[in-house]
This record gives sequence, C-alpha cells and structure tokens, in this order.
Amino acid sequence: MIHQTSLLAVAIFVFFAGLVLGISFYLGRRAKSVSGYFAAGGSIHWAVNGVAFAGDYLSAASFLGICGMIAFFGYDGFLYSIGYLAGWIVALFIIAEPIKRLGRYTFADALDSQFNSRGIKLAAAVSTLVVSCFYLIPQMVGAGALARPLIGVPHNIGVIVVGCIVTTIVITAGMVSTTWVQFIKGSLLVVLCAFITLLILGRGLTTRPTDSAGHTCSIAARNVSPDHLPGTVLPAEGAWAGKPYVRVTGANGVVTVWRKEPNETFSETQTLTVRSDGTTQVNGLPHGRNPGEADLQPVGYVSKLPGGVEATGALGPVAFLRAIQDSEVVLWRSDKISEADGSTTTIYYQKPTAGKDFMAPGSSPTFAKVRGAKFSDKLDFLSLMLALFCGTASLPHILIRYYTIKDELSARKSTVVGIAAIGFFYVLTLFFGLGAMTSGALDVTDSNMSAPLLARSINEFLFAVLSAVAFTTILGTVSGLIMAASGAVAHDIMTNLLHMEMDEHRQVRAAKLTALGVGIVAMALGILFRKLNVNFLVGWAFNIAASANLPALVMLLFWKRTTKEGISAAILVGMLSSLAWILLSAQAYRDVYNLDPAKAIVPFSQPAIVTIPLGFVVLVLVSLLTQRSHGKTASGI
Amino acid sequence: METLGLKTSVAKDQEKKAVVAHNRRLGVLLFIVYVIFYGGFMALSAFSPHTMSEPFLGGVNVAVVYGFALIIVPLLLAFIYMRLCRKTSP
Repeated sequence: MIHQTSLLAVAIFVFFAGLVLGISFYLGRRAKSVSGYFAAGGSIHWAVNGVAFAGDYLSAASFLGICGMIAFFGYDGFLYSIGYLAGWIVALFIIAEPIKRLGRYTFADALDSQFNSRGIKLAAAVSTLVVSCFYLIPQMVGAGALARPLIGVPHNIGVIVVGCIVTTIVITAGMVSTTWVQFIKGSLLVVLCAFITLLILGRGLTTRPTDSAGHTCSIAARNVSPDHLPGTVLPAEGAWAGKPYVRVTGANGVVTVWRKEPNETFSETQTLTVRSDGTTQVNGLPHGRNPGEADLQPVGYVSKLPGGVEATGALGPVAFLRAIQDSEVVLWRSDKISEADGSTTTIYYQKPTAGKDFMAPGSSPTFAKVRGAKFSDKLDFLSLMLALFCGTASLPHILIRYYTIKDELSARKSTVVGIAAIGFFYVLTLFFGLGAMTSGALDVTDSNMSAPLLARSINEFLFAVLSAVAFTTILGTVSGLIMAASGAVAHDIMTNLLHMEMDEHRQVRAAKLTALGVGIVAMALGILFRKLNVNFLVGWAFNIAASANLPALVMLLFWKRTTKEGISAAILVGMLSSLAWILLSAQAYRDVYNLDPAKAIVPFSQPAIVTIPLGFVVLVLVSLLTQRSHGKTASGI
Repeated sequence: METLGLKTSVAKDQEKKAVVAHNRRLGVLLFIVYVIFYGGFMALSAFSPHTMSEPFLGGVNVAVVYGFALIIVPLLLAFIYMRLCRKTSP
C-alpha cells in the first residue's frame, strides 16, 4: 500500500528529536567521569529508572511487531506479550539485587567480580556484542522500513537519521542522556497507547468500519456465484493450474483474481505482481494512485457480530473481548504464484475466521503446530516461551540499567515500576491489536503498520503522534544497545582485559569513540540487511542471551562450587550452540538462505529448550573438573 | 575502641549476609510460584489447546484470562516481595 506522508508526523518527530538532543547536550557535563558516562554516577532515581526500563525494553518489535501480529493472527501475537513480561520475574526475584551488588558498569563486571578472570571478561564481552548485534539489526532495519510510511524518507536516510541521533545522544552524555531518552519514550508510549485503547473501546465494533473522514471502508466481495463473476474466466494454465483461483478478464480488459471457496462460490482477492523488469501491478493495473493505476485496499473488518447487530456501540474491556470472541472477522492470508516469464504474483485472499478460533493459541503459522497431535510439533512453541522467559534478565542492555541507581533497594523498586509500566503496556497490546484487526485500515503487505494505521482510522493527528512516537521508540532502545556494546568494548576489553593504561578522561574519550564506532556499524547493518525479514532476529537474540548468560548468572549466585572456567565455558558453549542451532534451523533456511525449510538439519527452530540446559550442564561439568586446580569458587556471593 | 569497631563491623557484615540470604530465599520461593503458574499456561496451550478456547471468566476464554493473569500476577508477587524483603540497617 502507498501511504500518505504526514508532515505533522515529521514535525512532531523533529520536535522529539530536538528535545532529546537538547537534553543530551545539557546533561553532557554530568558524564565527564567513567562512572558518570557508563552508569550516570549511580544517581538516577529508582522511579525514573523503572520507566526507563520500559523505554529500553519496549522496542519497535514489541510495539509494532506484537500489535501487527495480533491484528493479522489474533491471540498468537499476545503470546509474545506474555513471554516478554514474564521474563521480568527472573529479573526481579533472581537477578536484580546481586547484579547491582556485584557489578559496576557492565554485565561482565558482575560475573567476574570474584574471579578477576580474563576468560570471563572476554566471554562476557563477546556474548554482549553478539546479543546486542542481533538486537540492533531489527531495530535499525525497522527504522529504515518505517521511515517512508511514517515520515516520508527513503530506507537508508531513515537508518542514517536514527543512527546519527542515537550516536549523538550516547556520545554527549552516555548513560545519563540514554536514561532520559528512555524515560521520555517509555512515558510517551504507555500514555499514548492507553489513550488510544480508550478510543478503541469507545468506538466499539461494527460491520461497516469507516475511516477518520467518515467514509465507509471498501469491503471485498464474498460468496459470489460462478454466474456473477465480473467477466470472462481465463483457462487455468501454467502456474495457475491446480490452484484454488480463477483469473477473470473484465470489460476493460483488466485481469482480476478470485478465490474458489469450498461452497463453490468465489471471493475477491487483491494481487500484487512484480514483473521481471521490476515494474509492479496491483489487481491487473500499474501500481499507483493516479488515474488508470491501482493500489491495494485497506482491509480488516468484523463480518458478523453477536446477535446479528451492525454495531455494538461503546464497550467495556471485558465486553469488547467477549464480543470479539463471539464474532466472525475477515482476516487476510497470502499465497505466491511464480510464472514462467519471471513474474511473481502475491495473492491476498479473505479468510473469514471465528473469534473463538483466533482468540486461542495456534492460529498463526508461527504457532500453528501447537494444535498438532505430535509432541515434537509442540517443542518450537515451548522453546520460544522458555527463551522469552529466560532471555529478558540476560539482555546486557537491560542489565546495565541496574548500575544507574543507588543500591539494591532501588534495584528492587525500579524493577517493580518497570514491571508495572511494561505489564500495563502489554495488557493494552491485545486491545490495540484487536482494534487494528477490525478497523478496516490494515495494510495486507505490512503487519508492522497496523498500529499507526489504526491510529489513522481514528484521526490524522493521532497517526502523526503515533508515527513520531514509533520512531522515537527506536531511539530509546538503540541508545541502550549502543551503550551496552560500547561498554563491552571500552570497559571490558580495552580497560579490563587488555589493561590499556588510560586516565579517567581518556577512558571516557575511548568509550565515546567506541560508541561512535558501534553507531556506524549499526547504520551499516541497517542498510546491509534491508532486504531481510528481520523481525525474528529479536526472538533469536532472546534465545542466545538466555543460553549464553543465564546459566552463568544463576549458577554464580546459587552454586558455591562454580569456577571461572565453568562460567567462561558455559557462556561460550551456550552462545555458540544456540547460534549454530539457529543458523541450521528451518526458520533460517526459509528466511535467510531462501532454501526449503524441510531440509533444515535441526528438528525445530527455537533452540532454548536444548541450549539453556546445555549451558548449565557444561558449567557444572567444567566447574567440577577444575575444582582442584583452582581453589577460587563462587562461595561467598 | 578498635576492637569494638571491628566487632561492629563483623556484626554488620553478618547482618548484611543474613538479610541477603533471607531476601534470596524469598525471591526463589516467589519465583517458583510463578514458574509453576507459567508452566501451567505452557502445558495447557501445548497439550490441551481446546481448553484455552473455553469461556471462563465473564464469558472471556481461558487463554485471555490466563494471559492477563500472567501479566498481572507478577505485579502482585512484586508487591509481596517488596513487603517481605528485609533491609540492612544504614
């Protein structure tokens, strides 16, 4: 779909960007010392840190990805909300206090606090860099992908704009400015989503959705008998043979595609054809918005409401969910047909689905196997839920936030504030996603646009604000990731591992130069990976973080015989095994290598259920084997 | 006086260790409570998916109610934890 650029969105984004840059320059003087730069001098108030946790954690994947998945598939997107929030339990009850007590600036500090081991420093720094990199790619590619529809600039410009702003934020005042950017972003996101949710409930559900100007949205035809097809049916030849579609030539010569339904009727589809010369056609016409051209139509509406009513009027939260469950909604799915002339047609077809079906796990392709009979089919789901649960408290850019506060009590308090803000936001995601699903405004080609388009269906100003906040969302998370990665290089590797002699001033300068380098790498990654579907990389980052870092953190705290060799080995084995598993999985075969996923070597895509236990086993075995040669263990922690 | 200072320091150290141990035990206990709750959700989703579609509270199905509970319960457990955690004396 071609989206109209909102100048207001650009203006609001420029205002937000100016605000955060202004704050960063103003706070620059507080980041002159190493402690000031890496940990904001431990002076951040616990409540501010709690909201900053939300700003750090609620990435574009959380905000746009989850809303989009719920809008397209229903409850399955909400499974991510549940898993992402549940992970904070590990942070609060197991990790928060000790990580604050043991560390200074980075995750490696805490792991190495009793050992002074070069192996631990190196392993933890590498793990931080790998996890941060996997997390950075989707954020930066997401910035580029959202740049055109949201603020009207090309992909690469979007990546460079975000990269430059974030790098400036980090370089000017390190963790001080990063904290305030995350605080502003977290507050804006939660308040705005709460407000829009109230509007969704106030609007209720209708079988005739309208846009913000009050025009009724177009509704694609269904249950059309063969006699009423709008033209002559072409023979099913070539790649079209045996497919559940017919091509119909209308009076104007334009070919449209209709899907055969099981009840011998036909339903209207939308098609996007990419020819071998790169030109595109929509529904048989050149893609565009001028006369003689066509664009994909917005979709998503309730086809049947309980009691056969046309509109429900305003609903409370429980009544809204109950009404969705008892309704039928027209969802859209896609299919691809490649022809001999090198053109590929993507067919978007209607799939009326009962609320009872999509409001339970297993309605999306990602989790469909959970409804299968075989135990092995369910392992992907179980493994991903485990990775989300264990991954949160192992993400380096989250852990470093604990060093910005005063003490262990503040660590607990700020985690509780973080859980409250993040939990509230995740509750809203279900209403947001379902509101988008039934708004008549969805883009069939891009689920990530669901939340902004929902806002546009309410009014243009909300779209502008939400688009600007979506872009600001990327700033908050990326600044945290750059801080974590630059801390791993400048503090863990240069200062602690290589013992480079530097006074305080030079250490801060080295950290800033490293942040600049990481920022440039982040921009390059955002441009290099622009053609890759990168949303799944966040899930991979959780798997790698959980497999590499969690066994080391937990065993350090709870097993007195843990040795430095055990910790290093667990980090390296957990990281490499989860990385190898991911690269040999069906998901990588399909989304990265464009190979047949059935040929993948590993039996399921999400490794956590295997590689987290492997990390624990390796740590125990190596620690037991190294007890006698090295007397120093984790006792006393 | 020096001996007294040392004794005070040792006593403070012991007190801190006791507080850390108490808080850790409490954290682990509440963590186990949540793990059982979360595990129940995973098991029900994987091995009895039809149960998740059944109407439960106020007509809303088990999947939605359980999902919301998994998001809200951490906050309740967090308040309990904050209430029962001990602090070291300044």
